[in-house]
Amino acid sequence: MSRRQKQNLYRIIAATLLFIGVAFLPLEGLWKAALYLVPYFIVGFDVLWGAVRNIAQGRIFDENFLMALATVGAFAIGEYPEAVFVMMFFQIGELFQNIAVGKSRKSISSLMDIAPEVAFVLREGEFTEVFPQEVAVGDIILVKPGEKIPVDGIVVEGESDIDTSAMTGESVPRFVSAGQLVISGCVNMNSPIQIRATKEYDESTVAKILELVEHSAMNKGKYESFITRFARVYTPCVVLLALLVAFVPPIFFGELTTWVMRALSFLVVSCPCALVISVPLSFFGGIGSASRRGVLVKGSNYLELLAKCDVVVTDKTGTLTTGKLSVTDYTDEETLKYAASLERYSNHPVAKAIVEKATEFFEAQNVKEIAGKGMYGVIGTKEVFVGNKALMETAGISCNEEGAIFVAADGKYIGKIKVSDQVKANAKDTVEKLRTSGVKKVIMLTGDGKEGAESVFDRAGLDEMYHSLLPADKVEKLEEIMQSGENVIYLGDGINDAPVLKRAHCGIAMGAVGSDAAIEASDVVFMNDDISQLTESIKIAKKTISIVKQNIIFSIAVKVGVLVLTALGFADMWQAVFADVGVMVIAVLNTLRTLKL
Amino acid sequence: MKKVFKLDEVDCAVCASNMENGIKKIAGVESAVVSYVTQKLLIECDENEVDRIVDEAQKVIKKIDPRCRIVR
Repeated sequence: MSRRQKQNLYRIIAATLLFIGVAFLPLEGLWKAALYLVPYFIVGFDVLWGAVRNIAQGRIFDENFLMALATVGAFAIGEYPEAVFVMMFFQIGELFQNIAVGKSRKSISSLMDIAPEVAFVLREGEFTEVFPQEVAVGDIILVKPGEKIPVDGIVVEGESDIDTSAMTGESVPRFVSAGQLVISGCVNMNSPIQIRATKEYDESTVAKILELVEHSAMNKGKYESFITRFARVYTPCVVLLALLVAFVPPIFFGELTTWVMRALSFLVVSCPCALVISVPLSFFGGIGSASRRGVLVKGSNYLELLAKCDVVVTDKTGTLTTGKLSVTDYTDEETLKYAASLERYSNHPVAKAIVEKATEFFEAQNVKEIAGKGMYGVIGTKEVFVGNKALMETAGISCNEEGAIFVAADGKYIGKIKVSDQVKANAKDTVEKLRTSGVKKVIMLTGDGKEGAESVFDRAGLDEMYHSLLPADKVEKLEEIMQSGENVIYLGDGINDAPVLKRAHCGIAMGAVGSDAAIEASDVVFMNDDISQLTESIKIAKKTISIVKQNIIFSIAVKVGVLVLTALGFADMWQAVFADVGVMVIAVLNTLRTLKL
Repeated sequence: MKKVFKLDEVDCAVCASNMENGIKKIAGVESAVVSYVTQKLLIECDENEVDRIVDEAQKVIKKIDPRCRIVR
């Protein structure tokens, strides 16, 4: 508890004891009223003072004013214990709410406990402890086992397993050795490594992510704006109703005090606190839960969009497929052997895939890479060409196919090799789960040719696809899809589809760890490249929204119910205080469930 | 430029939204958010005017809750 919370707690205890004491004193009339004023002021002076201050500033519909008016009114008509009790209960509720919100704030920040505290930097031959903010690009940093990597960098010495789960949600540790890139916020697990900083702290992944989470509470969604608007209308309406209840019925039925008392109960119920607090708190919890799984949501509006997504539009490479090429088909072993013998001199991803597949190699001389076409070399006495159709044409070999790597030796066609990208193992499963969770269509947009696109389309079980698209065409296609008025999510790898990410209702970049541009352009970021995070995050979003709805419906229903009962004389101020404070407490407790999604 | 400040402390959600509305009216503020949940104030404004604007924001906040201050 904070200092302020403790003070309030002591005040409530003191007032409660005094209240009980006064209740048992054998006094009557004004004396008793005067004594009741003591606990009343102890527990409620700040509310009263707040009310006075607010009236001076022309803001009357605030909770202080309403509580003050209700309790002063109760005193005026002689209901002293009610007045004190209502004020006490109100303060207990405030205190509880304060503590609950503080607690959930803390547990969410601990979910995001990824900020490194220190860095050991090599200065004049020794490793000195500094703040991560003081590390400069190029500094050599020592990261001991159990410590967080303070800034993004490249391993220069040592090898170790690192735990990336806080950053990516991926639970399997990653093994790193010299020359590999590591990102800040990951924890070194077993042996010391030295890294050279490639970014300053503020530019590092961990700082970017913390900033993103920090700002996420700032993007308000539809529900939050609804609540703000509702609160603005609700309170004045109830106050007006209270006035009517106090003075209209007595004209017909008399009994002014009874009706005034009922009206005062109205005032107690008129504060929309339960809603104003629980809605943003639920979203904050939902966003916190998502971030623990490596899904960063930039605001509650995007959580809402995830929950009611109709159409998922996705890129191919890196989202549905692994992005890693491999040989899927080839004419015969000889073809593969010829091709691999030359391709092993190249760094091209296609070349790497072919070399990986091959087991035997010829010795080759005069190997040359012909940019954009393929490889040339001499094997034994034969001149060998390995490459695309264009290369075959320059070599004077006719071939009427496309979309493969061809091999020719001594002017003769030998065979072809097909290389393609692999569909992720869980892609099909994810697409099916998306359908059961209410997504109507899953559409693929890709820059690749028809053949490659079709095989992915079939294997992932998609609904529609558009191939051979230039980046600008993708935006156009997306806009076409969006014209249907449905909620469209775009899922991409964030590398060359920033404009599409921005254009979609909700743009998701996946596998974005370490890529500032992708984090910048998207609304939701998947830290690792596991496509099943999409179904996970939709699930979290839906649950969060359902908790929000429960709270809204429950709070409004109870309040309206109590208003009606009070007007009819079935409920009094005691029930009214429950409708205010009790509902708030229940709603806040309900929001705590979002932390465990 | 966007800047985030910690608030010590916003006591109620309604106060937070009142503070937010008040701060939005300060000259030079492009957008402002006061979050009760995160206890943070976000201001979007010209970099050179931050000091003046934060001073004025503090005044607005003080009117609504005299015990709440912006941590700088």
